[in-house]
Formats: sequence, C-alpha cells, structure tokens
Amino acid sequence: MDTKIIFPEDRESLNLHETEESTAMDPQGQKDPNAFVFTKESLKKKIRPSEFLSEKLITGVAFLSIAIIVLIFFFVFREAFPIFTQKEKKSETQVTAVIPEKYGDTSSGNTVKPEQYGAETPTPENKEEGKTEIKNTGNVIKPERYGVPEDSIQESTGEEEYTGSEISQLTPAETFHLSSLFGKEWMPVSERPRYGLIPLIVGTLKVTLIAILFAAPLAILAALFSVAFAPHWLRETIKPAIEMLAGFPSVVIGFFALTIMATALQAVFGYETRLNAFVGGIAMALAAIPIIFTVTEDSMNAIPETYSEASLALGATRWQTAFFVVLPAATPGIFAAVLLGIGRIFGETMIALMATGNAALLSANPFESVRTLAATIGAEMAEVVFGDTHYSVLFLIGALLFVFTFALNAIAEFYVKGKLMKRFQGKLS
Amino acid sequence: MKELKIETRNLSFYYGNKLALNSVSFNMYANHVTALIGPSGCGKSTFLRTLNRMNDLIPGTRVDGEILIDGLNIYDKDIDVVNLRKKIGMVFQRSNPFAKSIYDNITYGPKINGIHKKEVLDEIVESSLKKAAIWEEVKDRLDHSALGLSGGQQQRLCIARALSVNPEILLMDEPASALDPISTGKIEELIFELKKTFTIIIVTHNMQQAARVSDYTAFFYMGEMVEYGKTKKIFTTPDKKQTEEYITGRFG
Repeated sequence: MDTKIIFPEDRESLNLHETEESTAMDPQGQKDPNAFVFTKESLKKKIRPSEFLSEKLITGVAFLSIAIIVLIFFFVFREAFPIFTQKEKKSETQVTAVIPEKYGDTSSGNTVKPEQYGAETPTPENKEEGKTEIKNTGNVIKPERYGVPEDSIQESTGEEEYTGSEISQLTPAETFHLSSLFGKEWMPVSERPRYGLIPLIVGTLKVTLIAILFAAPLAILAALFSVAFAPHWLRETIKPAIEMLAGFPSVVIGFFALTIMATALQAVFGYETRLNAFVGGIAMALAAIPIIFTVTEDSMNAIPETYSEASLALGATRWQTAFFVVLPAATPGIFAAVLLGIGRIFGETMIALMATGNAALLSANPFESVRTLAATIGAEMAEVVFGDTHYSVLFLIGALLFVFTFALNAIAEFYVKGKLMKRFQGKLS
Repeated sequence: MKELKIETRNLSFYYGNKLALNSVSFNMYANHVTALIGPSGCGKSTFLRTLNRMNDLIPGTRVDGEILIDGLNIYDKDIDVVNLRKKIGMVFQRSNPFAKSIYDNITYGPKINGIHKKEVLDEIVESSLKKAAIWEEVKDRLDHSALGLSGGQQQRLCIARALSVNPEILLMDEPASALDPISTGKIEELIFELKKTFTIIIVTHNMQQAARVSDYTAFFYMGEMVEYGKTKKIFTTPDKKQTEEYITGRFG
C-alpha cells in the first residue's frame, strides 16, 4: 500500500547516484581561480556607472515627457489668458457709450449696412432661432444672411450689453466681454463679433455621442467575435486589417464622408442638410472603431483561457461564455478602449471640418449641421489676427479640449475603479 | 453493488497526426473514485478531457473508438455537447474562479440553465458551497470577489461551482497540485464525501494522493493504458514492472 520513498542517503546503495563533480573544481581537485568565493573583497559594493547613468536617463526622459505635456497645456492657456484681463475694460467703456438703445424697440433708424463677410463665416444661419429667441436690438441690422432682404428679421445678440448698433463702429477687440463666451452664437468675424461657445460645445458633444454610439458597439462586438468565435485564420486576418484602418489618414475618411457617405445617408434618411452631425458622427466612428477594436481585443485576449474552459465545462454555449464570462472580465479594458475612442473623436479635426457642415447651430436635432471645437480651431486659426480676442478665444477652446479630455478620463477612472468593478467582480476584501 | 458508469472502447485520440491515446479500454464505476496516474505527457489529462469532450475545442484533433456513459456513446452524432457537459462537472488544475463575486460564481451555471428565481438560486448557492465544505468560511461574504479567497478556498469554490449544475460525474484534473498539504487534505476529505453522490475521475501526479483517495487506479504511459485495477493491488502487487517502477519513483 504505502509507496517506498527513496531518501537521498539511500540513493548510493541503490546505485542511482551519479558521481558528481563540483563545478568549481578542476579535475585535479584544485580550486578554480575564477570561481566565486565568499570573501569580503568579492562582496564589496561596486559602483556601476552605466547602470547609474541609464537609470537617471530613463528618469529624465520620463519627467521630460510629463513636463512637455504640462507645458503644452500651459502655453495654450497662456495664449487664451488675455481674454480674462484687459479686454474687459475696453468693452465696458464702449457699453456706456451705446447705452441709450432700448430693447424691444423694433422701429428705429433703418440705415441698413450690409456686413462684409469673411470667407469662412458659417453660411446657413439659424433662421428659426433667430426668430424665436432673440432679444430685439434697437437698430435693425441686416441679418447675416445672403438673399434675405427684409429688415424685419432681427439680430439675436446672445448677451445684453451689446446693442449692436451700426453707428458705434466697434472693432471686434473692443466689443468683447467675458460673459459673451456663454452666448449662443459663434460669429467671430462678423462686424459685431460674438464668441458664444455654447453651440460649439453642444455640437462637439452631439457629434461625439453619435460617433461613440455607433463605434463602440460595433467595435466591441467585432472584438468579441474575433476572440470568441472566429476560427484562427480569420482572426489572423481581421485584426491586422482593422488595425491598418487605425493608421488611415482622417482626411481620406473625411473626403469619403463628404462625397459618398453624405449623399448615400441623405438618400436613406431624407433629411434636409446634406452635411450634418449625423454624417460627421458616422465618419468619425470609422476613425474610432479600429482603436476601440484593438484595445478591446487585446484586453479580451488577456483573459485566461481557463475562464472560458470553466464556463464551457459547466454546459454553457459559446455565446453564453462570450457574453457572460469574457465580456464582463474584460470590462476595464473595454472601458479604456471606449475612452480612447472618445478622445479620438473629440479631437478629430479633419473629418469634422469636411463632413459636419461647420455651421455653429444650437439644436438637438442630429440632422442639423454642427461645428465642433476642434474644427473651429482648425478652420479659423490660420486667418486670425495674432493677439486678437478671436485668437485668444481659439486658444481657450484648445484649453477646453484639454480639460474635457482630462475630466472625462478622471471621471471614468473613478467610476470604473469604484462602482463598475464592484458590480461585475464583487467587492475586494 | 458496482454499477458500471463509464466504459471506453478502443479509445484513440490524435492531435493532428500525433497519437496521444492509443486504444484505451476500461470501465469506471458509479460512486467510486478512479485515479489516473502516469508521467507528464502520458495522455491521462487528454483522456480525462475526452470524457466531457473538452478536446473538441482544440482544432485539428480526432477521436476514434467509443466512450459509453450509461451505455450511451457520447461521441455519437446526435449528442448535444452542451447538455453532455452539464452532466459532467470538471475541476481544473489551476483554480479558475470567474472574476465575479462568490455568489455569482456559483449561480453562473444555474443561470445559464435558465434558473433565475432568487430563492432557488440562494438555495443552490448554499447547498453547493456546503457540499464543497466551504460554506462556513464564505457565508458572510458572498458578495465579495472570488479572487480574494486563498488558493485552497478558490479550488473548493470551483468544486462547488461544478456541483451547482447537478452533474453525475465529476472530472478532476490534478485538483490539488497547486495547494499546500492542509488544503490538499481538505480536498481529499471532500472527495470521500462526494463519491457518495458522484462518480469521480481524478488525474494526479501525487502517488500518495492516488493511494489515499481512489478505489481504482489506471496507470498511463506514452499514450497507452498500461495497467488498471483496484488501487490496493496496483500499489502493492502490480502486474507490470513499469507500473511498479513508476510507483516507487524509480522511473519517469
């Protein structure tokens, strides 16, 4: 019954013991001079200069990269800073000068002075909004719109300090006031510039939402298919093919969206504006899918095979295993993937410029044109006067993009670590 | 009193062209523990995994011969693998609880079988954990992550998870190889308890363990079943020289 244990002492008698030679001894039994011996000399602390240097170098590079990121943010914000300081005073003095104007007075000096348009002023103006929520200004200003001659259409101002009379002949720099950043109009190059960021922010969020709603499920399910269902050869084909798309220039995607997708989608959904948030969103989803797919796929691949085996051995089908074991276990990775995707969409400029229509409209309708934050910088930065209010506001937008991305990451990190993990994976004791 | 449960007839198994099992035939009995021993790569784990068709998942494999469970060939074309695996629980070498709470680990099996009533699930959780002798240790923290348990507890949780779907046969692939002697002792105690209700097939590298827990032992070598018989006989008076040498540790 009991097995016989062979102890080391017994090995000799069983003749299993090979004659062993100590490695430090040469055949004559003399000590090898190179052999390691425990002396105070051999164990003395050594200075390893190359190791020290490389360690410091790596530390230095790490700090440098962090410093660069901080400096970029600092620079962007510094350029945006002037709008918080001196410009305000000037505008206040101007405001007092124009004060005699009354609100709600629709019939007054009919001197209509057509505005001169800069090249990239948004063309499709918000007709409906202009009518509904305007504060009537004193003087009738010719609406910033081509081909609408009536004087009856009133300008919306967005904030109250400005009466917008053409008499005042204000220059853009002089009319700026901080609160105008919260205005509902973005018209930086009109005669009476308005820097309301709200339509830009809403537009960006709208496009991002559409894009991520489209991209995330597709990419995650594609990754799940690739990991859990696809045969080996197919997986080896899908992954590189999709990853190649990640390096696809966004200008090409934008071009494709502009020329082909916009027309096709319009034919299907039958909306009015050809280029709008929906088209832009779907085009940006194309850019985000490869990123989400790759990161998701990697995180799913990292899940031990034994998880799926355990599930299958319990009599789960393959899709049950994929959805209830693989997917939940990969949640943190999937979350990171979606965040990366959102970051990509958020900062996407070229596709936004080409496919969203670039009109800063404030509406919830996904089929209206929008203008995103990134596209605004991309379109206007080249033509702006250096040091101008417009210039500073554009940098402020840049800083906003930074802050948004950062906040998004922070919130998600907190949420994933806190709630979601607990929910899916149980409390950590 | 011995009831025939599993019978293999000329079972051969191939990984591609490589023969991993060569014409293995023997019987395993209900409510008994059968141990499979042999050196690494001898085919015992492969044999175990043919019993619940886990090897189907590996591309390029092929099975010849028959495995009859209760007289039914499980490699028959009409056999539904998913339902088959519900009847045959499996415990793996490395404990592999899901990254979920203890409660969710146990309810996973019943849930995929369509049981969703809270009371029924609660009952299954309690009875499965009790059968696996871990209830007392975890009953106050069922909502905690299973990954926070110790190695031995995790392995017993995996046993409980395998029991949650009411299998008839329990396959164990070196269930205690990564555990310390105390946890191993607990698992072995558990095997004694479990064999009253289940048919247990266990793969082990540990001779003493095979001797302690099993009623029958099969010795595998190089893809062949060298010797099979009552454990006591195999360990005291084996017929084959190879078996004796392996058991006494003189070859491997």
